[in-house]
Amino acid sequence: MISNARLSLRVALLTLVVVLLTGCTQWADSSLPQTTVFPLSDVARYIQNLYELIFWMAVVVFVGVEGFLLYAIIRFRRRREDEMPAQTHGNTRLEIAWTVLPSIVLLVIAIPTIPTIFAQDAIPPTASQRIKVIGHQWWWEFQYPDLGVVTANEFHLPLGETARLDLESADVVHSFWVPRVGGKMDVVPTRTNHLWFTPEKEGEFYGQCVEFCGTQHANMRVRLFVESRESFDKWVRLQRENAAAPTAGPAQQGAELFQRSACIGCHTIRGTNARAVAGPDLTHVGGRKTLAAGILDNTPENLKKWIRDPQEIKVGSKMPNLGLSDQDAGLLAAYLQSLR
Amino acid sequence: MATVTAPSVPRHGILARPVAPTGVWSWLTTVDAKRIGILYGSTAFVFFLVGGIEALLMRTQLIQPSSTLVGPGAFNALFTMHGTTMIFLVVMPLSAAFFNYIVPLQIGARDVAFPRLNAFSYWVFLAGAILMHLGFFLGTVPDMGWFAYANLTSPAFSPSRGVDFWVVGLQVLGVASMAAGLNFLVTIIQLRAPGMSLMRMPLFTWVTLVTSILIVLAFPVITVALIELMFDRLFGTNFFNAPASGNPILWQHLFWVFAHPEVYILILPAMGIVSEIVPVFSRKPLFGYPFMVYAVVSIAFLSFTVWAHHMFTTGLGPIATSFFTASTMLIAVPTGVKIFNWISTVHGGSLSLKPPALFALGFVAMFTIGGLSGVMHAAPPVDTQQQDTYFIVAHLHYVLFGGSIFGLFGGIYYWLPKVTGRLLHEGLGKLHFWLMFIGFNLTFGPQHFLGVDGMPRRVFTYSPEMGWGFWNLVSTIGAYVLGVATLVFIINAIKTLRSGDRAGDDPRDGRTLEWSTSSPPAHYNFATIPTVHSRDAFWVQKHPDFGAHDLPAGAGATALSAADIPTHGNPGDGHEHDHGAIHLPDPSYWPLAAGLGIFVAGSGILFFLPLLPVGLFVLVVSVYGWSLEPVNG
Repeated sequence: MISNARLSLRVALLTLVVVLLTGCTQWADSSLPQTTVFPLSDVARYIQNLYELIFWMAVVVFVGVEGFLLYAIIRFRRRREDEMPAQTHGNTRLEIAWTVLPSIVLLVIAIPTIPTIFAQDAIPPTASQRIKVIGHQWWWEFQYPDLGVVTANEFHLPLGETARLDLESADVVHSFWVPRVGGKMDVVPTRTNHLWFTPEKEGEFYGQCVEFCGTQHANMRVRLFVESRESFDKWVRLQRENAAAPTAGPAQQGAELFQRSACIGCHTIRGTNARAVAGPDLTHVGGRKTLAAGILDNTPENLKKWIRDPQEIKVGSKMPNLGLSDQDAGLLAAYLQSLR
Repeated sequence: MATVTAPSVPRHGILARPVAPTGVWSWLTTVDAKRIGILYGSTAFVFFLVGGIEALLMRTQLIQPSSTLVGPGAFNALFTMHGTTMIFLVVMPLSAAFFNYIVPLQIGARDVAFPRLNAFSYWVFLAGAILMHLGFFLGTVPDMGWFAYANLTSPAFSPSRGVDFWVVGLQVLGVASMAAGLNFLVTIIQLRAPGMSLMRMPLFTWVTLVTSILIVLAFPVITVALIELMFDRLFGTNFFNAPASGNPILWQHLFWVFAHPEVYILILPAMGIVSEIVPVFSRKPLFGYPFMVYAVVSIAFLSFTVWAHHMFTTGLGPIATSFFTASTMLIAVPTGVKIFNWISTVHGGSLSLKPPALFALGFVAMFTIGGLSGVMHAAPPVDTQQQDTYFIVAHLHYVLFGGSIFGLFGGIYYWLPKVTGRLLHEGLGKLHFWLMFIGFNLTFGPQHFLGVDGMPRRVFTYSPEMGWGFWNLVSTIGAYVLGVATLVFIINAIKTLRSGDRAGDDPRDGRTLEWSTSSPPAHYNFATIPTVHSRDAFWVQKHPDFGAHDLPAGAGATALSAADIPTHGNPGDGHEHDHGAIHLPDPSYWPLAAGLGIFVAGSGILFFLPLLPVGLFVLVVSVYGWSLEPVNG
């Protein structure tokens, strides 16, 4: 009987390990845009090193404890109704042992954790890119004070240069997070929080708000473009320019319409009379990849739909339905698309 | 049987004490802890179904990317009410049900120390629960998340009344919890049977004592925070209002100083239940009883030192962050001790895998996973990747569902035969367990993967390109399995109440005093108060050849003095108003009336301010009538 119990125990343990390992390969998919375990910055790597240490220790403890539990359950099942086991009340030595052992395990985890906390907190003096990130319900504003660039929902960084993000909120608590380049940091009204990291790979990285901030919390997304120094400089030059005034066609009609309509009550287009700051800066909106904080591809049709009725696409959005005709929305879309 | 005689003293007070032995009025006016326990338990179960349906709606919305079944407003209301309901209206009152029914029996008492205050607790709890749900009928359901982070709760950002229902409802629930906490604290300290020293108390009584202390110390903090928030919303103060120099982070500190001990208020009762079930079904005393007690006490103490680990991403600075890392890791040590001691209780025993044991051991297995994932985000750098993702959702459900709910269901299977006199069907119970075990792991296991893949919590939708579709589908299927499991339990419960097998007084060879009474016990619990000479006194008395930790083998007869063994002799007719010579209070209208006063006052804050003084007047009159009421009608 005991050999049977042992056999089933071994089978159970083996199944457990197989399930666990297949689980690992299933989730550890580096192609997912917001994976947290394929770091692409220095800070993200520090976190990953710590995570892997704790993860594998947890696996060992998991297999040990659940194995002990399964063993005890299988081995000590009641075989006869009248059996009466020995009445042990405890074992002080054993109990001291399993008070001390977990303490040692936790100490092993704590020792590398504390320096990582300090490393993650300390902005290196070499941080050469300073970006002010402002959380709004439900979009992100990016200001590069040293470069004179203002943009929304998508931001660019040069590869291999340490960036320092100063996080502020225009309304409620948000949390800024682009998982592949590091951990998140809350964006809290009344204070400025900081994040820093050095991107180590070119590409387009996804992120989103991770502190519940109201109706459209789920649709407050962000994209980071890490590029070579050259393309970054090119992007900055473009962003610094004022908006080009279209000279003919629907874009030109749209430009006039924009100045006459409620749009200028919330938005800035540098080089025009639109100077309000409640909504995203639209000076180069045509050059962005997405609309409405990362939820739509930036195409003329999508932009027209968005202008026509933002509430249909993103209910609760601070951009109201202006009751524009289909034609006017089309003209505005043509104008904004031209702002590259 | 004694006959009901006319009272020899004239009745005083505003109202005579009610005398209906059965029917609705007997329940409305009851002060019997056992009946109050049943009220708590059945109310909690109704809310368990409500919270469960809310969860199923959320899971259905998330079954695939870009789904449009539930819009953002409704989804936000669903997760807010799901969290609030499961914590305050399910796990806490379900624990309170066991405190009420079991603790007086376990300590050899006839009732709690303040029976009318106990009834008051229940009615105020019900008032708070209803106030919180009134928004459902008016279309303004709370929708700011169950921890209601400021300054999203400011009138500027939450203009709808939803937040007010939550604030007032929770405030009223706090009154109920405080009253119950003080009541059980005094009951356990004062009303233990002769000989039941602290270190002879059953573990469940121990966790009730410690949980009561946590309630009494933690709830005042949330009360302060809620009053400040209420003033911000109703009277224009600026405690948390950021543009006027209020501090949103202050809310987070106040909230978590309360809410982390609250987590242990939710889990300790389940740990106590597991500590009762595992020894009984292993036919062995609890391994390392003193260590288990020390572990409970140190967990409770440490629970007040770890709150800021919920705030690692708010920018606390490295020094504070390191302190809370250390305290958080420390709390894992006593928790680990408990897990090893439960398994060691099984080890070397004779384990019968009946439903209560299945749920208790399921608790140990699932809680271990929740504990391990907890250690992961105890490391703040790792937490900056896991905080506010589905990894946290998975973690907290492994602790509060795999932990608390499994433990509480174990308690239902274990103690319901004592309450109803009937055994729950074993086959259906096992089916319930396995469906729940599989459904639970299917639902929440994959949420670890979703968190690691970067899915934030509290999102009503996600894009297909995020790659979260598959595990969300699996998770939703798991949630449906949990729904089926709950249906199996309901069928089992109905079947049992109608035609379940008779349980007898002691169907499990129990170790503690509640099994020495009849099933269900008489209104007065014990005809004669027993005298206790040992831990597990009832079991040692039944098995004199095995000895106890402090009694030699063969001394069983002295474990529970023979002359003091409770008899089923019935000095009254067993109804609440008639208990012959035994000193017990009669039913009373006043706790219900006082609860009603609080309900009216709360409604006044929400709907029509002049109702507030009316409600307070009813409350004052009730307390007046209550204090002048004669002990027995």
